[in-house]
Amino acid sequence: MASITVTVDGVTYSDEVEPRLLLVHYLRERLGKTGTPVGCDTSNCGACTVHMNGVSVKSCSVLAVQADGAEITTIEGMANGEWHPLQQAFHAEHGLQCGYCTPGMIMAAADLLRTNPHPSEQEIREGLEGNLCRCTGYENIVRAVRRAAEAGVTP
Amino acid sequence: MTTDTQAAAPELGKARLRKEDARLVTGQTNWTDNMVLPGMLHMCFVRSPYAHARITSVDVSAARSMPGVIAAFSGADFAGEQASLPCAWPVTADILIPPHPPMATEEVRYVGEAVAVVVARDRYAAADAIAAVDVTYEPLPPVLDMRTALDESSPKVHEAGNKSYEWVFDQGDLDAAFRDAPVVIERNYRQQRLIPSAMEPRAVVATCVAGEITLWSATQIPHVLRFALAAFFGIPEQNIRVIAPDVGGGFGSKLQVTAEEVLAVLIARRLGKPVKWTESRSEGNLTVHHGRDQWQRIRIAADSDGRLRGLSVDLLADMGAYLMLVTPGVPLLGAFMFPAIYKMDAYHFACTGVFTTKMPTDAYRGAGRPEATFAIERIMDELAAELHVDPLEIRERNWIKHEEFPYTTIATLTYDSGNYEAATAKAKELFGYDELRAEQERRRASGDPVQLGIGVSTYTEMCGLAPSRVLGSLSYGAGGWEHASVRMLPTGKVEVVTGSSAHGQGHETAWSQIVADKLGVPFEDIRVLHGDTQVSHKGMDTYGSRSLTVGGIALNGACEKVIAKAKVITAHMLEASENDIEFTAGRLHVRGDPQKGHSIQEIALATFAAHNLPDGVEPSLDSDATYDPENFSYPHGTHLCATEVDTETGRVTIRSYVAVDDVGKVVNPLIVEGQVHGGLAQGIAQALYEEAVYDADGNLLTTTLADYLIPAAADLPHFTTGRTETPATTNPLGVKGVGEAGTIASTPAVVNAIVDALRPMGVRDIPMPCTPERVWRAIQSARDSSAGQNGGGQ
Repeated sequence: MASITVTVDGVTYSDEVEPRLLLVHYLRERLGKTGTPVGCDTSNCGACTVHMNGVSVKSCSVLAVQADGAEITTIEGMANGEWHPLQQAFHAEHGLQCGYCTPGMIMAAADLLRTNPHPSEQEIREGLEGNLCRCTGYENIVRAVRRAAEAGVTP
Repeated sequence: MTTDTQAAAPELGKARLRKEDARLVTGQTNWTDNMVLPGMLHMCFVRSPYAHARITSVDVSAARSMPGVIAAFSGADFAGEQASLPCAWPVTADILIPPHPPMATEEVRYVGEAVAVVVARDRYAAADAIAAVDVTYEPLPPVLDMRTALDESSPKVHEAGNKSYEWVFDQGDLDAAFRDAPVVIERNYRQQRLIPSAMEPRAVVATCVAGEITLWSATQIPHVLRFALAAFFGIPEQNIRVIAPDVGGGFGSKLQVTAEEVLAVLIARRLGKPVKWTESRSEGNLTVHHGRDQWQRIRIAADSDGRLRGLSVDLLADMGAYLMLVTPGVPLLGAFMFPAIYKMDAYHFACTGVFTTKMPTDAYRGAGRPEATFAIERIMDELAAELHVDPLEIRERNWIKHEEFPYTTIATLTYDSGNYEAATAKAKELFGYDELRAEQERRRASGDPVQLGIGVSTYTEMCGLAPSRVLGSLSYGAGGWEHASVRMLPTGKVEVVTGSSAHGQGHETAWSQIVADKLGVPFEDIRVLHGDTQVSHKGMDTYGSRSLTVGGIALNGACEKVIAKAKVITAHMLEASENDIEFTAGRLHVRGDPQKGHSIQEIALATFAAHNLPDGVEPSLDSDATYDPENFSYPHGTHLCATEVDTETGRVTIRSYVAVDDVGKVVNPLIVEGQVHGGLAQGIAQALYEEAVYDADGNLLTTTLADYLIPAAADLPHFTTGRTETPATTNPLGVKGVGEAGTIASTPAVVNAIVDALRPMGVRDIPMPCTPERVWRAIQSARDSSAGQNGGGQ
């Protein structure tokens, strides 16, 4: 067992964890942060994307012990009084159907807009290549990210 | 007041943003895997590494003593209980339906079939312990090619043989149609095996408390699942509750009664503890039913002007190792769709269902209709090429004219409405068809190494599964009705209960719009409940683009009953005759005097108080309706795809894609457009990217999302969508269904575009998925044959 201290969505937790425990399982099963889902076991789908120290990571590919001392933001921590512009934009553009990929898609898009605040359509498509959606055909996801960019997302 | 309300925009047709989104964009979701119950245990399955083997022993004793392990079981431990997973669609009287125990006991017949299960205190301990289960196998020869599986010399998947059934459907005089026909074209097309790949993996939680079972499952079919557990596994139906919480996509893959669901229930009952199982993606690719997988031999006979005389289709359909819920029926849904929108004199269809040692196939988005549409739309292009006629022109010469509806096709379906001319005209305009044809000519003439191809698909499909009598005539094991309830709450709010079970479709929004429109209650005041058999006691669930066309009509009917009850009570309150009460825009009033009346909310409160009801009238406006459709619905449309095909590398790029769909009346255009987009993505993915591949030993090679190529955003083009609106005449809302249209239409549009780009080089077909290598090889093969002066394609 290893001791870790992690801040998740503004709350600091100290826990004993198995060294092999995946960050996503720590979030979901120890902290009850079930807003972050798991869609695959090879880090292809991106459903589990969160921010670690402000940068997007696939939480299925990070060990909980690697997050020791880190600040994690999940989809549950994105709204600040009101919905984050990306949450609003996904809603407004119908950028989700079943919603399973949505948390990861929003977290990945937030990181994309951090590094490129005004991406072209092609840059959005390429920037989200690590996140898979089976419902939307991406058309409205692209529109949502563009809408959020136009609204001026600040990280 | 009445005037004001009427002036408000009608709810039907409004692009309402979805109610569902509030929880989905904030992570306040209720996926099955989120569920935690006190003392909950975790299951992990030991699965066959062989495509075909005899099980000689299963020893779970070492696993039982692993840390954290509570129990471990083999199939033999459930010999008396686990029965056989059901097949609800015995399509012929002599169909072979082999036993299909949830855990194999004697033989395994595909890689991934469950042979044992470990139950432990957490998922990591369960996963550790499966390595300690000792299973010995005696390998048997796999059966991997359905084309040779029926040979005498083939190894047998089941002792009774490799043929499950043969189903034949003949209409008209086929011999006469083909005799002396000026044009006869025959093609063989391959529908590759696909993996549906909903983003949410399957997950199950089961409890058994004092004999009462609750099963949470990521399923499309809570009601069917409850019935199956009762009917086939001997659990008293009144003691089973099935809950489908938020479900992350299905596309048919969660239209199933699975081994894992059944075993979760049996194990929870045996241990008296809640159990949970969530599959990994790799496990899911192996063991969630696959889709498609057919060889299609299609022949058409036509006159010299291109008018179709007859159509003949012979299918081989890979069932995989067992028949699951609707496995054998999937190709039959296609049987009615091969003639598509075209008139002809004769039709022959035959399908042979074949067993192989692979994961069973079953419904995947479109289920039978994409396969049929692909073959007919591909061969219509061949006919056009043969006669040197534009592909849209050849279709127009054959399609049912808009003034000919209702029209009974050679496949005996009566299409109630349609306007293929209008959809095609709109698609051509949005696409810039004539300009692109001109550009194509120029680039052909100049020998551009990147050739432009234009692909056409004028599809129809059958939605709204299904008239129960039709299902009965096809030997399906259940009806096709749907149920809805409307509960008028005393404070004027409305609860709607639907038997359809949404998993991304947006029923909470669309159903609210239907009720808001019908009852004149604000959209925000309506709550839609679904997916829990204790709340929604009756239903047939969601698949086959049936929710709106069947479930929505049931809801419409329930609303009408509410209004009828309210009229009786209003008449009494106003001391008027019931026949003089009108209902407009949420208000019940005396005919000709809108001021004299009450809102339906006021009547709901008065009914709740029940102080002044007419004699013999029960104090409730709540109403139920069950609707059985009289016919299928037939959405249609014209899809046009332009591809850039690099003849040196085989790389295909979709340059533009136009989809014009006619889905009848639209409740929510935003949702309709989203359904089209998603459908297009999956249909295009079949054309370009996806294939489940087994090796020569029967191992699935595409077990991960690294190997099975679900397209990402950069792999798909921008879609241009448009609609025409020809209302269905067979239901009161005029709706047709949209869930599968994009998938059905797009695959042939893309492949037709690629072949069109390369046709001058002699290419006539490319097997799907049309990867750069396959495109390149098709070009080389066509060049080789033209060098050998044999002409023709590969």
